[in-house]
Amino acid sequence: MKIRLTLFLLIFTSFVKGQEANDLLKKVRGKLEKVNDYVASGKMRTNVIFMKVPVASIKVYFKKPNRLKIKNESGISLVPKGSISISLNNVLTADGYTAIDAGTAAIGKTEVRVIKLLPVDDNNEVVLSTLFIDPVRLLVLKSKTTTRDNGTYELEMSYNKYADYALPDKVIFSFNTKEYKLPKGVTFDYDDGSEKKETNGKPKKGKVELSYSSYIINKGIDESIFK
Amino acid sequence: MPDIISVTKLSKQFRDIKAVDELSFTVKEGDVYGFLGQNGAGKSTTIRMLLTLIEPTGGEIEVMGMNLRTHRKEILRNVGAVIEKPDLYKYLTAYENLSLFAKISGVKIPAAKIKEQLELVGLSERANSKVKTFSQGMKQRLGIAVALVHNPKLIILDEPVNGLDPQGIADIRNLILQLSKSMGKTVMVSSHLLNEIELIASRVLIIDKGKKIKEGTAAELFDPANTIIELSVANPKEVWEKLKQTGWKDSLYLTEGEMILMKLHKSNIPSLFKTLSEMGAEIYSLSPRHSLEDYFLSITTQNRHVETFAN
Amino acid sequence: MWKLLQIELFKIYKRPRTYISFAAVLAIVSVVQIALRYDGQSYIGFMMSGLSDTFEFQNEKVLNGYLVCFIILNTLLIHVPLLVALIAADAVAGEANMGTLRLLVSKPISRTQLILVKFTASVLYIILLLLWMAVLALFVSIMIFGTNDMVVLRNDSFHQMQVNDVLWRYFMAFAYATVAMSTVAALSLLLSVFAENSVGPIVATISIVIVLTILSEMNIPLYDKTVKPWLFTSHMVAWKGFFYVKSTEDGETIRGSVENLPAITRSFSILLGYIILFTGLAVLSFNKKDILS
Repeated sequence: MKIRLTLFLLIFTSFVKGQEANDLLKKVRGKLEKVNDYVASGKMRTNVIFMKVPVASIKVYFKKPNRLKIKNESGISLVPKGSISISLNNVLTADGYTAIDAGTAAIGKTEVRVIKLLPVDDNNEVVLSTLFIDPVRLLVLKSKTTTRDNGTYELEMSYNKYADYALPDKVIFSFNTKEYKLPKGVTFDYDDGSEKKETNGKPKKGKVELSYSSYIINKGIDESIFK
Repeated sequence: MPDIISVTKLSKQFRDIKAVDELSFTVKEGDVYGFLGQNGAGKSTTIRMLLTLIEPTGGEIEVMGMNLRTHRKEILRNVGAVIEKPDLYKYLTAYENLSLFAKISGVKIPAAKIKEQLELVGLSERANSKVKTFSQGMKQRLGIAVALVHNPKLIILDEPVNGLDPQGIADIRNLILQLSKSMGKTVMVSSHLLNEIELIASRVLIIDKGKKIKEGTAAELFDPANTIIELSVANPKEVWEKLKQTGWKDSLYLTEGEMILMKLHKSNIPSLFKTLSEMGAEIYSLSPRHSLEDYFLSITTQNRHVETFAN
Repeated sequence: MWKLLQIELFKIYKRPRTYISFAAVLAIVSVVQIALRYDGQSYIGFMMSGLSDTFEFQNEKVLNGYLVCFIILNTLLIHVPLLVALIAADAVAGEANMGTLRLLVSKPISRTQLILVKFTASVLYIILLLLWMAVLALFVSIMIFGTNDMVVLRNDSFHQMQVNDVLWRYFMAFAYATVAMSTVAALSLLLSVFAENSVGPIVATISIVIVLTILSEMNIPLYDKTVKPWLFTSHMVAWKGFFYVKSTEDGETIRGSVENLPAITRSFSILLGYIILFTGLAVLSFNKKDILS
């Protein structure tokens, strides 16, 4: 009996909590809904162990519900796959998730609510998303997405000028990279005799940092951009 | 006349072969100096040492009063040479070859002078043809033009008539005489053909196996007392035996096939004729021979009676 | 000396075989350019396959004139020693074979001068050949493919340079390649001194370059630290070092930087050492040689 009661309470509280979580999500989503489209200009900084890449000037195009394109007007930019989730809309606007409240945590000095999203559909590419939400400003400060095929992505966002639209000034996107190795016979490298850093074969973390200087919001975007 | 070339105890050892063995000789200014020897006697090695192509293993060479080792450039500026085949740049024209070698020889030669040289060797019409289209004779003449273009005092010609037709040989012979007589050049000509040298040389050096055999004026060397004659008769065995019984006994030299070789003074040839006709020998031909081998035979002191017919 | 050099250059200029190399370079470069023009995307796809799992990029931007030139130089520079040997190995042996050597050496010029002039002429020939290659492989490629950032893939790293940080690297690379090819010329010349026709030294030069290149490219621990650092072929590819960049802690390419300049300088010095060694030996042996051709 006691066990039953405990079980009931547990389910009930989690239901209530889930309810709360859903409410919070709704509010956050509501804020995001204000943006139909945007074009953001900024810089992209890539930090992957085996890569030496210049900072790229990029433009990020977004259109509801979940269309996103990162473009480098001049140079070459390597955009990590899965960066589509740089847009939170991708996570939040889609239906078919079960939200679970996972308590609170602190990011910096801000206390945040931790909410886990489980897709209803078992075959969904996303296995689990965890959101760290500032309940006061109604902004997602951090998200973790575990995918079936592409490992875990992490997003860290900081807001300033465009906080009203829930658009970050800075996004740090972390992802797993595979071991990179090309056969020597293909590259015919110049061996300068320097000691090679030993790689232990474990997957490496890569980071892409996007700093936006400006957004143009809700001015409409031509479809052709996303092709 | 001063010495142009003075060679003292010159030697060259190639591994186990002594190509030139303590050879000494002098060439005087204005000489046409004949350098005789059979193939492999060491003529080319000697000439190449004179031209600094080969380093001697012993001895001294002085040219125009200067040591070749210490004054190489000054000497070579005044030397022109054709060494064996006169090979030139095949992909260049006659004119280009000539002007190129003039430049290397360190003298500035105007285009007109180069054309003049081509004229001298009879190639002015082919001045702008590539050398690869030339016949052996034309190459030879161009080679000589190259040797002359920088107006050298000494001209060294190594086997200049090799591979030429009779007309070509005569042309070269005349050219050498012209160089010497009307242009006052000193010419050193090597050859294995005695009759060629005999016709042009004022002085002659004969070498064999790298050693000097004889050096002197042509008159001294080609002594009429030692003329080799070649006798062709109907019945050589019988004639040989008969001559053995006569005063010609000591002149009998040896037999060569069906030929009888005799060594005698040139002036005795008419009386030999007489003897032979008295004997009733049927003479096909009787003529003096001019090969270097014969010359070597003629200067050996003792007559060797090789009685091949006796058996 | 200058007059002799003029003569030597005149001879090279007049020889039909000189132009074989220029035609060969034209042929190889055009073939690569045509192939990349029509099938470049799949080539880039193959080249970048190590990255395409993790990243998206614009193939059409990656395939630009700068990268095309890099691809061409990678395939071509291995074969240029053959073209260099064709001229340099012929320098003495060819004249011996033709019979002009004896005439040349009996002229009032020193043998040392003759070898130095022949080496200098070979170097000038190399410079012209590489300039020709630069025009075709770099400038024509830029005309066909345009310019953009350049990416270079090493076996363990990926380097990206900004578009306006590339051209100077090519100038350095071509200058370095001149020195690398001059090493081959010096070797050919040395071998040429000992031969009476040019086939021997040409084949010998190529064989040596091939064997040593294979040794340089193979990963054999026994040789890695002992033999390889002293093979001139290991250092001939150091021009690539100009396309390896430095980065900040955060992995950001530093403009105008070269990852390991001291290594390039060292390779350069080793090549210079070999040039001096080979040319010196050529001068010594030629001075001692009896010209019997």
